[in-house]
Amino acid sequence: MTDLATRDEASAASAASAQRGRAEPSARLETEQLDAYFGDAHVVRGVSLRFDDRQVTAVIGPSGCGKSTLLRCLNRMHETVPTARVRGRVTLAGPNGTRQDVYARGVDAIAVRRQVGMVFQRPTPFPTLSVRDNVAAGLRVAPGGMPPRREVDRVVEDALRRAALWDEVKDRLRESATSLSGGQQQRLCIARAIATRPPVLLLDEPTASLDPISTQKVEELVYELRREMTVVVVTHNMQQAARVSDRTAFMLAGELVEVAPTSVLFTSPADARTEAYITGRFG
Amino acid sequence: MSSPATGLPPRARPHPSGHQRAFAERTVRTIRRRRVVNVVMMGFTYLAAAVATLPLLFILFHLLREGASSLGPDFFTSTPRPVGEAGGGMANAIVGTLLVVGIAAAVGLPVGVGAGLYLAEHRGTRLAWVVRFLSDVLNGLPSIVLGIFAWDLLVRPFGHFSALAGGVALGAIMVPLVTRATEEMISLVPGSLREAALALGYPRWRTSLTIVLRTALPGIVTGALVAVARVAGETAPLLFTAFGNQFWSTSVTQPIAALPLQIFTYAISPYDEWHAQAWAGALVLIAIVLVISVVSRYVTRARFGTGSD
Amino acid sequence: MTDAALAGGVHAGPEPAPADAARMGGAAIGDRAYQLAILIFALCIPLLLAAIAGAVASAGWPAFREFGGSFLTSSRWDAVNGEFGAAPAIFGTLVSSVVALLIATPLAIGVAIFLSEFAPPWLRQPVAFLVDLLAAVPSVVYGLWGIFVLVPILREHVMPFLAGTLGLGGTPLFSGPAYGPSMLAAGLLLAIMVLPYVSAVTREVLLAVPRSQREAALALGATRWEMIWDAVLPYARSGIVGGIILGLGRALGETMAVTMVIGNRHELSASLFAPGYTLASLIANEFSEATGDLHVAALMAAGTTLFALTLIVNAIARWLVWRVARGPVGR
Repeated sequence: MTDLATRDEASAASAASAQRGRAEPSARLETEQLDAYFGDAHVVRGVSLRFDDRQVTAVIGPSGCGKSTLLRCLNRMHETVPTARVRGRVTLAGPNGTRQDVYARGVDAIAVRRQVGMVFQRPTPFPTLSVRDNVAAGLRVAPGGMPPRREVDRVVEDALRRAALWDEVKDRLRESATSLSGGQQQRLCIARAIATRPPVLLLDEPTASLDPISTQKVEELVYELRREMTVVVVTHNMQQAARVSDRTAFMLAGELVEVAPTSVLFTSPADARTEAYITGRFG
Repeated sequence: MSSPATGLPPRARPHPSGHQRAFAERTVRTIRRRRVVNVVMMGFTYLAAAVATLPLLFILFHLLREGASSLGPDFFTSTPRPVGEAGGGMANAIVGTLLVVGIAAAVGLPVGVGAGLYLAEHRGTRLAWVVRFLSDVLNGLPSIVLGIFAWDLLVRPFGHFSALAGGVALGAIMVPLVTRATEEMISLVPGSLREAALALGYPRWRTSLTIVLRTALPGIVTGALVAVARVAGETAPLLFTAFGNQFWSTSVTQPIAALPLQIFTYAISPYDEWHAQAWAGALVLIAIVLVISVVSRYVTRARFGTGSD
Repeated sequence: MTDAALAGGVHAGPEPAPADAARMGGAAIGDRAYQLAILIFALCIPLLLAAIAGAVASAGWPAFREFGGSFLTSSRWDAVNGEFGAAPAIFGTLVSSVVALLIATPLAIGVAIFLSEFAPPWLRQPVAFLVDLLAAVPSVVYGLWGIFVLVPILREHVMPFLAGTLGLGGTPLFSGPAYGPSMLAAGLLLAIMVLPYVSAVTREVLLAVPRSQREAALALGATRWEMIWDAVLPYARSGIVGGIILGLGRALGETMAVTMVIGNRHELSASLFAPGYTLASLIANEFSEATGDLHVAALMAAGTTLFALTLIVNAIARWLVWRVARGPVGR
């Protein structure tokens, strides 16, 4: 709920505190007994999950387990569907340790979405905008309005660099975003999401529609992004989860079965259902 | 015609009876008849297609033959000459058409786009169904009825004809056309685009106007142009609203000439010079209308033809 | 939409920063204003329709008040004595439209079948394009062509052929002097104008018939034509009828082309060679020379009648099209 300048300060402060020692990672985002419904269908059941700061948390599970719905509850996108309902709390930590329930009365969903960015399964660049304008799209609705042009150019370049796309598109900034390849478009969407430096980034099966090489680039990118923000990745690809995340959560039929550091979950899971899933007995 | 290996006792040889032979011959005749019918009907459809495409070609041919000779630069720059004098032009009518169609667009486009947005975003609701239904009813009304509407509203109370009344009548014709085009185009914008904008923190109204509408804009513009072309050719609603004017006028509150009106007046007159002018005017009118129709077809086909991924 | 339970105390968040609070309010206001604006625009349509109905009724009311039902049944149209009966116009409207559809329907269905079944691929686009383009030609251009090309052809070639060579001159349908402007001319011109609409609807409906129907017929040994006649057309029947009635609705309302070739006479005649009137062409023809308020009101009342007629016909068409949209039609 602060503007870009304060965001930078906060990042610097957190980076400093992280360097001060391997202190207990603080939870940037947390759900408490979260229930989500589509009409009468109870799709997410009492999930309490912690997403640590400067970490990548992966959420895995078979189709229909509710992982995407859970993700969409985190930035209040779930409610854009007409029959959707949510119960429980989702708290987002502010820079000075204050926590805010995202679903509290009086909290605007739009403000939440500016703090919690999202990248979808299929790349969705805005077709009538150029590459540059796509990346800058989020700036237009940031508090304080659109910055002056030079500032925008700077932010765009910065975001494209952080998204590992700058070198490929720096001569094509004015071209339509749809002229990029699928993998480039997805990285463009990531650049667009991180341009406003949100503290949290959600990725819903980000490489599902990409070829192996683009997939690899995006995975590397996600791994790098942990340095500046909290990342949550939903994926049906266990190997991807293993490659990319620090902690992994396993969901089944709407419930959170188990969550553990990634290496632990994949080598010695505590729950039998987790073991069944990761050894491929179902899903 | 039974095969020998059908289990008949070895002594009996297959021998078609009289009945069987008659049946076989009837079958062959029937098949032949059916084949003939098939070819004849196919020929009929070819003929139908030929007959259906002829009128347009005929009309274009005559327009070019009769109209081209009167079509000089004079036609576009001068006003009508008095009866008996050759030459002159329809400059006032062309300008009048532009003015009246402009008013129509000013009325019809905002309402049409706004209503189309509503229908696209509230698709399943009862009110949307009613509005869509009534829009189709509106679309099916004879254009002269819309002229009566504008006459009762804007001519009768004021006691004189006006370009404004004509524009309003034509605008009412445009509304359902633009509404339908807008609703279709907006519905074609994938929901994922809306989601991406919302996830970035765009409020709903901004998503609708700056992302969705913008993406659908080329299609909507095409639909609007088609509506404009249709309305530019309308005569009946103007008969007692704009009424027509032999002289140059750009006033909104006075009667005004319009291209189709002028063509009509000249065509039913007894003067040959005016007939020639009518042909020329018709040629110009159909050129405008056809160009817009053809262009809009290619634009929409191109959009849906070039799908990259 | 969300059902958020805020547990008390400990984790209550801070108030949002002032800049964002203003934005938050702004977005909510923006959303509400936008929803209101598009709702108003959408409501313009029912309002417009109501206004049209009201205006048309009010414009024609003086004539209905004066003549009552006889306006619809009387054939006497006498501007000088102030007597107005629109029966010939109503008759002419119906006859010209029916003639138009009798001519246009077989052609339109033929074209549609051609395009969906028999046409070689390279011919399909151009023919469809040319037929559809007929709908884009303005009515007054049709009328112009009608006056100077169609009517002379009728007068000098077709009518003498029908009356003389075919010997139909004695029959009531083709009797009387053949001056040219006539119900036949109007019917022909209307047929051309209505053809693209019926053809387009029929084409759509034919394309919607599932392949399985076609293949089943062919597999039983039917010829191409038999497949169309027995399997495809019955399936599409409702839709085609809907298309025909839609075309009828268009024909009823056509004004300019008709007024230029129909002869404009208040005459109730059985002959196609005779001139006549339609409701629309009556208004178009007499308005500029209307003598007095009652005359004008009578013309407007013709418009009211036309309005009502069109609504009824279009309602039937929509009902039929809706019926076919709900599923396959039984026999």
